[in-house]
Amino acid sequence: MKRSKQHRVIPGFGLSLGVTMAMLSIIVIIPLCSLVFFSAQLSFSDFWETITKPRVLASYQVSFLTALCAAAINTAMGLIIAWVLVRYDFPGKRIMDGLIEVPFALPTAVAGISLTHMTVENSAIGSFFAKFGISIAYTRVGITLALVFIGIPFVVRSVQPVLEKIDPQYEEAASILGASRRRIFFRVILPEITPALIAGFTMALARGLGEYGSVVFIAGNTPYYTEITPLLIMGKLQEYDYAGATSIALVMLAAAFLILLVNAVIQSRASKIVSGIE
Amino acid sequence: MKEHHNHAVQRILIALSAVFLTVMLIFPLVYVIVTAFREGIAPYWNAVTDEYAVKSILLTVQVTVITVVFNTVFGLFAAWTITKFRFRGKKIISTLIDLPLTVSPIIAGLIFVLTFGRQSALYPFLQNAGIKIIYAVPGIVLATIFVTFPFVSREIIPVLTAAGSSEEEAAALMGANGFTIFRRVTFPHIKWALLYGIVLCTARAMGEFGAVSVLSGHLRGKTNTMPLYVELLYQGYDFTGAFAISSILVVMAIAVLVLRSILEYRGKKSEEQS
Amino acid sequence: MSYYVEMRDVNKHFGSFQASKNINFGIERGKLIGLLGPSGSGKTTILRMLAGLETADSGDIIIDGKIVNDVPASRRGIGFVFQNYALFRYLTVYENIAFGLKVQKWSKQDIKNRVEEMLELVGLAGLGNRYPNQLSGGQRQRVAFARALAPQPQLLLLDEPFAAVDAKVRQELRNWLREMIRTVGVTSIFVTHDQDEAIEVADEIIITNHGQIEQIGTPTEIYKHPTTPFVAQFIGQSSIIEDFSRFKGFQNVKNAQRAVVRPEYISVTKQGEPLKYPITVEQGVVEQSLFRGNEMELKIRVKGTQLTAKRLLDEAPIAVGETVNVFIYRMYAFDETNAYVVENVSLSSPDSIVI
Repeated sequence: MKRSKQHRVIPGFGLSLGVTMAMLSIIVIIPLCSLVFFSAQLSFSDFWETITKPRVLASYQVSFLTALCAAAINTAMGLIIAWVLVRYDFPGKRIMDGLIEVPFALPTAVAGISLTHMTVENSAIGSFFAKFGISIAYTRVGITLALVFIGIPFVVRSVQPVLEKIDPQYEEAASILGASRRRIFFRVILPEITPALIAGFTMALARGLGEYGSVVFIAGNTPYYTEITPLLIMGKLQEYDYAGATSIALVMLAAAFLILLVNAVIQSRASKIVSGIE
Repeated sequence: MKEHHNHAVQRILIALSAVFLTVMLIFPLVYVIVTAFREGIAPYWNAVTDEYAVKSILLTVQVTVITVVFNTVFGLFAAWTITKFRFRGKKIISTLIDLPLTVSPIIAGLIFVLTFGRQSALYPFLQNAGIKIIYAVPGIVLATIFVTFPFVSREIIPVLTAAGSSEEEAAALMGANGFTIFRRVTFPHIKWALLYGIVLCTARAMGEFGAVSVLSGHLRGKTNTMPLYVELLYQGYDFTGAFAISSILVVMAIAVLVLRSILEYRGKKSEEQS
Repeated sequence: MSYYVEMRDVNKHFGSFQASKNINFGIERGKLIGLLGPSGSGKTTILRMLAGLETADSGDIIIDGKIVNDVPASRRGIGFVFQNYALFRYLTVYENIAFGLKVQKWSKQDIKNRVEEMLELVGLAGLGNRYPNQLSGGQRQRVAFARALAPQPQLLLLDEPFAAVDAKVRQELRNWLREMIRTVGVTSIFVTHDQDEAIEVADEIIITNHGQIEQIGTPTEIYKHPTTPFVAQFIGQSSIIEDFSRFKGFQNVKNAQRAVVRPEYISVTKQGEPLKYPITVEQGVVEQSLFRGNEMELKIRVKGTQLTAKRLLDEAPIAVGETVNVFIYRMYAFDETNAYVVENVSLSSPDSIVI
């Protein structure tokens, strides 16, 4: 009656868990621990002073506002693009679908210099907008533009599969019951894809807050006006002010986790409604 | 009448999408190529064959190869571990693997500075051993691996989850060893997803800027990858040079996208067959 | 004992859920056993523990006289047919069947001979180069069966072998599988939730419920002499009667208050038709009459309880609302733990005709 040792049917558990954990430790766990370890050594008053300096506070505002604007634009456009790609047939559809991924594939620095060089005031596009008193490069508009660029795939790729899976019978049922197309969209389809829209929005927002490469060129980096938070961290690092850099980084991490947490809560609520489990 | 109206809505939405994507995505791509050749072929050629340009290209290739190999090995082992076994702490491991996706590249750079930099407990040890990580190639490699860490595993895990483990169980019941099961039974399932992950990982590894920027030290010809070299040229107002180097990256990005859509298509087809 | 497969006091938990409670049974060599129970009753867990796919918390598993608790699945000499067959989707039928032989390092020629023999046996000769997705559900099941049998296992385990094929093919496959197992002569255990399947295919049935074994016996024993309340209600199409001694011809047995009665133990006759046992006949009102193709199914209210009965199509038709004579031959009375067969007293009285 001895308790037999737990064994697994598929071989290789020890080896694969070992390799996974070893690689995970080197790349993620140890660096993360050193962040925690270093953070624990910060004095709270220094930390608080660093993260509440007016220039730092202004950078939060810049980062947050531009990321929010960009995520909102991307949510609206992402919904339209996903809809077009799933519901309509037209020439060039596959190319359009492939294009969505450009921001994933193109190095952010390349996107950054290209967008900047296109929109500075003496360029073709820049001078056109300048006539209307709008400058893009070196303003918050420019930062938003760069963040729209990098955020496009998030909403499209999050909504597209959900839209594909919606059973046409729902819509048919609604239309047999006499609902108009507009009503069907807002009452039947939109509720189905809202969780995916929110997921795409939060991912775009979180990514926008942390983005560096594409923004740093177009921002112009004027303190209090177009200086984003990641750039402040970069500046501190270049001055070897690790304590300062870490303090601001902790604020950014907290913000990112908060955003993702809110999303997780919304997603789990939504899936509860769908599955009916309380 | 109603039909007509729907048609109009459809056209407006398609046109809106097309204009938005053209302006936001195609313009910047085309602009890079056009600007790179604005002054003709010769300046372009000089820019890309410049000694430092070649060095940055070679460094980028080196970093990318190491990163892709590392993340592929990791992706395979992690996906196998997570999808084929029940064990405690699986959720934590999955979360940790995906963590790099949510961390700003600058913070990714920062945590490696904190781990291996001057104030780190490891620093004296590394110093004695003569190992330089920060502001050197190993740091760039580590940062790049971190930023692209989940790319391969994320592509494989959903495919393996969908396939279930009963084929592997059946093979194990017949006495096959782990390697045989992987090679004969599991690998055919993940072939396309794996290639797709590798392609994505390659694209991101080549182009990583923020995290590498923190760890590089910007030594021309030594620790400048292509994106860093582009930054250097651009800030030195050498626009032709900056866009010439960028054009190489643009071509690589387009190649990645074409490969991606081929792989996605093949993958879908092979899934349908099974 | 000469059991070929045995489980002794086996227990298994998944977290706080007890999937197996004190499982004890023995199976003789060469038998075809059905593990029958509702879903979640622990039958698949028993099968997976036998295979070595799950490990028991306590107790012993014995195959061919050896305790195999610590013997890995691959060394237990078993063949396993998975519920969804788990055919290797990216290997051909031939390669699927050859897989186990290759692992056991058979020679090329032996593998070829054996695979062809198996293909012949399951009636798929010539289809070796197909991939599983190019086969029908029934053919896939045959491949799964051939793959499991190719390495000549001493024990064949089948998890819901008919669940993944449609109803028509299922009937055909049942007969085929039973004949095939007889031909090969391998000791086999299959899991099913379908009582018809178990009764039709198995030599012996093990009925599980809530992680425990309720009853073990031949299909006839299980059907005619259920020993637990669960088995009495689970097998057949049963109506439950409260306080069954209210019915004429039935007397209380021990503490049993309730009983189940199956349609085949009820005879329904129209008013005026001759009665075999007039003394113990009850009257009932027909509430529903359903055409079942080969027979009529009647729902009849007798003494406040609705009973289900059958009537042949060539008998005089009975209308809804009609009052009919109802004679019940036997019931299965049960208390908390046991079930008893109770027969109508008229059947045992000397002047009655024995049926």
